[in-house]
Amino acid sequence: MILILEQLLNGLQYGVMLFLLAAGLTLIFGIMGVINLAHGSLYMVGAYAGTWVATATGSYWLGLPAALAAAALTGFAIEALVIRRLYARDHLDQVLATFALILTFNQLIILGFGRQPVFTLMPEAFAVSIELLPGLFYPPYRLLIIATGLVVALGLYLLINRTKIGMLVRAGATNRDMVRALGVDIRLLYTIVFGLGALLAGLAGYMAGPISAVQVGMGEQILLATFVVVVVGGVGSIKGAFVAGLMLGIIDTMLRAFLPGLLRHVMPASEADALGIGIASMGIYLLMALVLLVRPKGLFAAGA
Amino acid sequence: MQKTLIVVGLIVLLLVPTLTDLAGQPALLSLVTRILIYSIAAASLNFILGYGGMVSFGHAAFFGVGGYVVGILFVHHGSGEPLLGFIPGSNQLLVTLPLAVIVAGAFAGLVGALSLRTSGVQFIMITLAFAQMLYFLFVSLKTYGGEDGIIIRRSNELFGLDMRDKAVMYYVILVVWAGFFVLLWRLIQSSFGTVIKGIRQNERRMAALGFAPYRYKLYAFVLAGAGAGLAGALMANFLRFTSPDMLHWSKSGELMIMVILGGVGSFFGPILGAGAFLVLESFLAGWSEHWPLALGLILLVVVLGTKGGLGGLIGKLAAWATRGRT
Amino acid sequence: MKKLLSAASLLAMMAAPGWADPVKIGMITTLSGPGGYIGEQIRDAMQLAIDMEGGKLGGVEVELVVEDDGLKPGNGLQIAQKFVNDEGIKLLTGIVFSNVAGATVPEIVDSGAIYISPNAGPSNLAGAECNPNYFVVSWQNDSLHEATGAAAKKLGYTKAVALAPNYQAGKDAIAGFKRLFEGEVTEIYTQLDQTDFASEMAQIRAAAPEVVFQFHPGGLGIAFLKQYQQAGLLGQFPMVLSEPSVDGVILNAVGEAAVGLKATTHWNTDFDNDASKTFVDGWKAKHGDRPLTYYAQQSYDTALLIASALKKTGGLEDMDAFRDAVKEADFASTRGSFAFGPNQHPIQDWYMVDIVADANGKPTAVTKEKLRESVGDIYAEQCKM
Repeated sequence: MILILEQLLNGLQYGVMLFLLAAGLTLIFGIMGVINLAHGSLYMVGAYAGTWVATATGSYWLGLPAALAAAALTGFAIEALVIRRLYARDHLDQVLATFALILTFNQLIILGFGRQPVFTLMPEAFAVSIELLPGLFYPPYRLLIIATGLVVALGLYLLINRTKIGMLVRAGATNRDMVRALGVDIRLLYTIVFGLGALLAGLAGYMAGPISAVQVGMGEQILLATFVVVVVGGVGSIKGAFVAGLMLGIIDTMLRAFLPGLLRHVMPASEADALGIGIASMGIYLLMALVLLVRPKGLFAAGA
Repeated sequence: MQKTLIVVGLIVLLLVPTLTDLAGQPALLSLVTRILIYSIAAASLNFILGYGGMVSFGHAAFFGVGGYVVGILFVHHGSGEPLLGFIPGSNQLLVTLPLAVIVAGAFAGLVGALSLRTSGVQFIMITLAFAQMLYFLFVSLKTYGGEDGIIIRRSNELFGLDMRDKAVMYYVILVVWAGFFVLLWRLIQSSFGTVIKGIRQNERRMAALGFAPYRYKLYAFVLAGAGAGLAGALMANFLRFTSPDMLHWSKSGELMIMVILGGVGSFFGPILGAGAFLVLESFLAGWSEHWPLALGLILLVVVLGTKGGLGGLIGKLAAWATRGRT
Repeated sequence: MKKLLSAASLLAMMAAPGWADPVKIGMITTLSGPGGYIGEQIRDAMQLAIDMEGGKLGGVEVELVVEDDGLKPGNGLQIAQKFVNDEGIKLLTGIVFSNVAGATVPEIVDSGAIYISPNAGPSNLAGAECNPNYFVVSWQNDSLHEATGAAAKKLGYTKAVALAPNYQAGKDAIAGFKRLFEGEVTEIYTQLDQTDFASEMAQIRAAAPEVVFQFHPGGLGIAFLKQYQQAGLLGQFPMVLSEPSVDGVILNAVGEAAVGLKATTHWNTDFDNDASKTFVDGWKAKHGDRPLTYYAQQSYDTALLIASALKKTGGLEDMDAFRDAVKEADFASTRGSFAFGPNQHPIQDWYMVDIVADANGKPTAVTKEKLRESVGDIYAEQCKM
């Protein structure tokens, strides 16, 4: 029971991480119609910039604004220099351009920080495992990630449902041409949305630093899972990204944790391990295929 | 004009082994060989992507399946144990190549039948999903080397030719390549090709005309998968190696980049795109350890500076040149 | 006239090899992507060995030609063909990853060139497919983890949890560990690109083993060790590791979360022999604080081996003589004892190291004891050469 609870928390934490990345991606995708493969690069930029400042100052918390600023500024730059020229173009041109950005950013990071993964600081207060329930030890840093993710989700909810920008964002996700026709400064809206998405990616990257490796190519590892979340949740839907992120995070964790054990009841241990982890690896893709076959537009398609 | 270009191109391709030998750079021959193989895979993707409007992000799966057909048959040929107890192994190109095409086509049929229920970005992602599942499957297949892949110690045999000889291998691949592109040309010009193009432009109209879009798209998807399987089988013979690397999503991405770079929906685009990408990658890597930066910037310039990839750029230059003359 | 002159000088160059162009060593390695740091260590250590001898190895002038394979087997093969056919390079080295080696090494050895591996030692090239032109200076993949199994047994543990990614190298790692551990082992497989191990941490705690063995190279290993500490398992369950999961770069990135671990290795920075001291001092002088890994040491040893062979043959004109000279392994290895087995993979000693905090609080490996002496690998007997 304790184990299941702990795994649920783990799934929640992974899901929140996916949400932070997917929220920006789904907005950029839904409102601007841009497939941004370089979203993972913003995650990497946030992690590197924040870690660099944190190491130089010795404070985890000083790294945070640096990460956010670096990712957002990089996002603005990408939008102004590259993406803006591609709005009117085919999706495929955007794929090629953002693929080129991945190559460029990875190599720039190598030039700036070297090829080896860098050391990351952990906030002192969150370093030691605490006992949540009798027998349930849990790293508080992961709780911090969960809390941050939930706060961001709430903030986005308010932003989108209670503000003028949010109204435009909603309208843009449903009907892009309509917003343009209303005479809204669509260019400014796009820049804001892109910057916001980049900022969230940078936040996710910096928060991931202390639990994973800050290294070149770290963004690509999580990019595919993020796209899965976006599509399962429904392109352009923050709510969809939230639900799908948590769902996929929890399902992925649960499959990994318990499937081999369950299979061991019905087959020899070695085969159960191989098959179990095999299915768990395919898990999120299998789930996406199933969801799309039943609901071709995803769970919460904007405008549907 | 175009005919002259094609004839000149073919003559150059026939002379490549001699030319690279004369230039004292025989390794260029293997670069050209790889370009030929990748252009088959890219052209098969372009058939559904450019002509049919189906953006598949899982095309490397069929490429890999083709490669694994050759690899697995080689393993069983070596061990003498039949596959699944009844399929004997083989090292004959005339057996493995058609089989690779058929198996890859069958896989494509399966994937396509499910994926084509969706469209747009969902189609992109669902094809990726199936490719990923296949990738993880091959990674965990211990019998066939798992992540380390299968070393095919000797290339498949064909009419007692010396397939170890790089020039012989090149000519065999060139013949298959030429055959593939002739077939592809006729397919695109056929009524089937017209229907496929029509479906991309206006699916409803084609449906109203009595062409069931789903069925036609599925046929096209199967053919494209079979084409990628052919390329994969050739690649396994050429590399004498096959591994899950062939099915990785980044390989699907690369094929897509080749198509876009060459110009989506243009017949010669994939050849141009595969050539440009591999030549750039190979030469830049030889030039500097920071080659990905240069490659990234060049691709950015190409995509921002041209419309319709290199094909479009060349067309523009040609138009400019002719205008300049008159 | 000018043409005649250059033709004459060309002839002269061919006639007098000692005076001719330097011997080229072709290095195919991985410099881009997350595994790029490994290729960088391999490249820089070999260059260091060459520089320390003033641009020579074994008294023969050499030139290191490096190219990045991008972790793509096809690119590795392309580079190999360019090196061997176009540039006439007869001696190659550098490949980091097994799948690149699988596509590239057969082509190199078939063309008559010699390949000396500073890292990858996959089983599919170690047994029946062994080749006179193929040498491995590092280790055969399996032996890395056999030593760790021996260590866990020697420490008196009988019940272990073993974790590795669900691919061939991971399965081989656990199999190798089990071979010499002989106790009860619970196996947990992780996903290929997994960076979050929270789920596995919970499973480890639930299994309550006496010892944990895990194989997660590079970035995966960094993530695993950090999370192991954060989950509070570091003090609770001792961990033994094989060297790919605790290389110098990983130690540096993980920091104090690595203190208290035990690992097995074929070499360590504190080895008390002249070759090793020269190497470590040379590295520090040139690269300062940059972490030093066993990848670099393997590459440096490869350079020493090449030097010993070149010293005997004076060049690569007689490849048979050069091959024989390499096979003798007549060099002072940084790891002390070194010889080639029947499949031309190393026969060497394995050691246990403790990870402790140094004066600055940074983790560092300290050699404890010799675990296994003069062992080869289990594939050697399948090799008929």
